[in-house]
Amino acid sequence: MTKIKSLADLKQLKAEVQSKIKLREKGDHPENLIQIRVSMATCGIASGAKETMTYLIEELEHQGIDAVVTQTGCMGYCYAEPTIELTMPGSEPVVYGYVNRAKAQEIIEKHIKLNQLVDGIIPVNYKQIDNP
Amino acid sequence: MADYTMHVLVCGGTGCKASQSELIKLNFQNRLSELGLSDEVQVVMTGCFGFCEKGPIVKILPDNTFYVHVTPEDVTELVEEHIVKGRKVERLLYVDPETQASVHDAKGMEFYKKQVRIALRNCGFINPENIDEYIARDGYAALGSCLLEKTPEETIRIIKDSGLRGRGGGGFPTGLKWEITRKSVSDQKYVVCNADEGDPGAFMDRSILEGDPHSVIEAMAICGYCIGADKGLVYIRAEYPLAVERLKIAIKQAREYGLLGEDIMGSGFNFDIEIRYGAGAFVCGEETALIHSMEGLRGEPTVKPPFPAESGYKGKPTNVNNVETFANIPPIINKGAGWFAAIGTEKSKGTKVFALAGKINNVGLIEVPMGTTLREVIYDIGGGIKDGREFKAVQTGGPSGGCLTKDFLDTPIDYDNLLAAGSMMGSGGMIVMDETDCMVSIAKFYLEFTLDESCGKCAPCRIGNKRLHEILERITEGNGTKEDLDRLRMLSTVIKDASLCGLGQTSPNPVLSTLDHFYDEYLAHVDSKTCPSGQCKALLKYTILEDKCTGCTLCFRNCPVGAISGEKRSPHYIDQSLCIKCGVCYEKCKFDAIIIG
Ligand SMILES: Cc1cc2nc3c(=O)[nH]c(=O)nc-3n(C[C@H](O)[C@H](O)[C@H](O)COP(=O)(O)O)c2cc1C
Ligand code: SF4
Repeated sequence: MTKIKSLADLKQLKAEVQSKIKLREKGDHPENLIQIRVSMATCGIASGAKETMTYLIEELEHQGIDAVVTQTGCMGYCYAEPTIELTMPGSEPVVYGYVNRAKAQEIIEKHIKLNQLVDGIIPVNYKQIDNP
Repeated sequence: MADYTMHVLVCGGTGCKASQSELIKLNFQNRLSELGLSDEVQVVMTGCFGFCEKGPIVKILPDNTFYVHVTPEDVTELVEEHIVKGRKVERLLYVDPETQASVHDAKGMEFYKKQVRIALRNCGFINPENIDEYIARDGYAALGSCLLEKTPEETIRIIKDSGLRGRGGGGFPTGLKWEITRKSVSDQKYVVCNADEGDPGAFMDRSILEGDPHSVIEAMAICGYCIGADKGLVYIRAEYPLAVERLKIAIKQAREYGLLGEDIMGSGFNFDIEIRYGAGAFVCGEETALIHSMEGLRGEPTVKPPFPAESGYKGKPTNVNNVETFANIPPIINKGAGWFAAIGTEKSKGTKVFALAGKINNVGLIEVPMGTTLREVIYDIGGGIKDGREFKAVQTGGPSGGCLTKDFLDTPIDYDNLLAAGSMMGSGGMIVMDETDCMVSIAKFYLEFTLDESCGKCAPCRIGNKRLHEILERITEGNGTKEDLDRLRMLSTVIKDASLCGLGQTSPNPVLSTLDHFYDEYLAHVDSKTCPSGQCKALLKYTILEDKCTGCTLCFRNCPVGAISGEKRSPHYIDQSLCIKCGVCYEKCKFDAIIIG
């Protein structure tokens, strides 16, 4: 791991990781990459987010779908845990609530494979500060 | 395979469902299938849009049109005009209250996004266990720019100008605190992050540490640079295992990257962080008690002054800030004091994170600009009261705060307004109550918490709160008198005045604020010995209406204490001296012959 020895180092690393994160290490086909974030704070885990995440990873791999599943913190929709955010290539992210195994399966079958939305979307009701 | 080109999103939040959004969805589907468009347009039910006041809401994608107050009858027009002909239905568009112009595109709808995430900017966005993701979102840029491009004084100036106030409850100006600690002369100073978070129902700080631990680490290092400390301590309760774990990972990664340790980014500045575990005592959130607990002493508060800024951990100047306060620091440095100061009200800048809980539809973590009203928080973001019940009160500030009634729904939330209304900002727990909640019992609940958590060092808090609790107990059991109400008030005043630390000084607040706002309810308990919301069991009275009772003997057979008697096929009656108010008869009766009074 590289040590950051100066501000220039930090800026350089930022530029590197920024593109890395955009492409998620699978640089060749960023436009084909499906991204899923699973909200894994205490509230999410308590409602089964771990199981959902494991299921998503296994099932996507099993079906040979190229997707990146990562964990993240609390999205704020604690009433609807487990929640996931799905970004299909070239589209806006969509947040789903109450994603248990069955829902996860439905999302894979319908949204990921057929690009159809599934019931249970949670509209994002907050503004991220741009460029934090 | 259907390849949809358009999506109709129908709000399925509780509020909108109550106003027929199911039927709206069905009408859309039927109408679309009549026109043979089922394969092109998909109708989806969604969660709450957070705009319940204007519900039911329908949003059409991809053009992002947002329709409000849609009725099932409007569907035909929406399908024929918008979907078939591509013309927006003007009369159902949202009208901006200020400009009176219809809003065509949901993206331009500022009002709709009442939340602004600053402290929570990375929560739910980055992987908290990966420092690269934090760096990609401008992480550690603030630290770098402070260490290499700004003097400590300049940095403190920015924090002061931003108007940031402590989010741990007191609301003390953060920049000023840093300046005072900087001015204390000593060979060693400390930065402490208060992650004790003991308020019932609060989980803001936990979520920040779980979702974005690096922002706290970065801010602590900045603080260290400003006050002249090379050591940071995070005091966190051991009951937060996930937060502890993520924080540990984050500290390790920061060390590996050289962002903690010696000569950070070649600046010559050294800083490192250790974790200290608390056992989960509320009083240990108080800064002097917290410091004693870290020193291995009993977690008891001591008199201020001396303030920690003068003499804190191991007698050295110590700057204590809350987790959320720290999480605000990096964006302030990156985006400037002016940016932050432009958000919020005159005296309270920026945003506040609240943990919404209680009888509300969308329980969750929210972050709103200071000055947002309680109504916006409860109805627009929280989705309104559960089960369509009536709003009664909202409790802010936890056991130190008070209850606000519906008269305060339009009060802009900030430190000073809440204080003036008899409550306080506190750390951000917000518990919503509906008409079925008994305010005397609520006051008793908070007092029970205080009783458990009082450290017992001083008499007004230890004994006074016990007495307060006894009086409340008496009232809820139907043995209270009107004099008890005066006694409650007097005793409360004494406890507030004579207690040593903030715990005791604020502990009677739930009692006082409910006495102020719900005096009638207290009166009902002591005068007519009734509990208007039917929560105080001892005050309930179950009686059988003679004319409705068919003498089926169902209640007689189910009463666990044999309090019911009567002949078959003739009216029964309940012996009040035997009744334990369990309510079984009431539930069993098929003829609505039993009433609660
Ligand atoms: C009884 C009591 C409990 C407290 N609990 C907390 C707490 O859990 N977290 C916190 O940050 N501050 C708590 N405080 C406030 C702290 O004493 C202190 O004011 C705060 O940590 C300072 O940080 P700030 O200026 O960033 O708000 C508590 C105060 C009292 C009197
Ligand atoms: S007020 Fe209560 S908690 Fe605070 S020092 Fe006195 S006894 Fe302890």
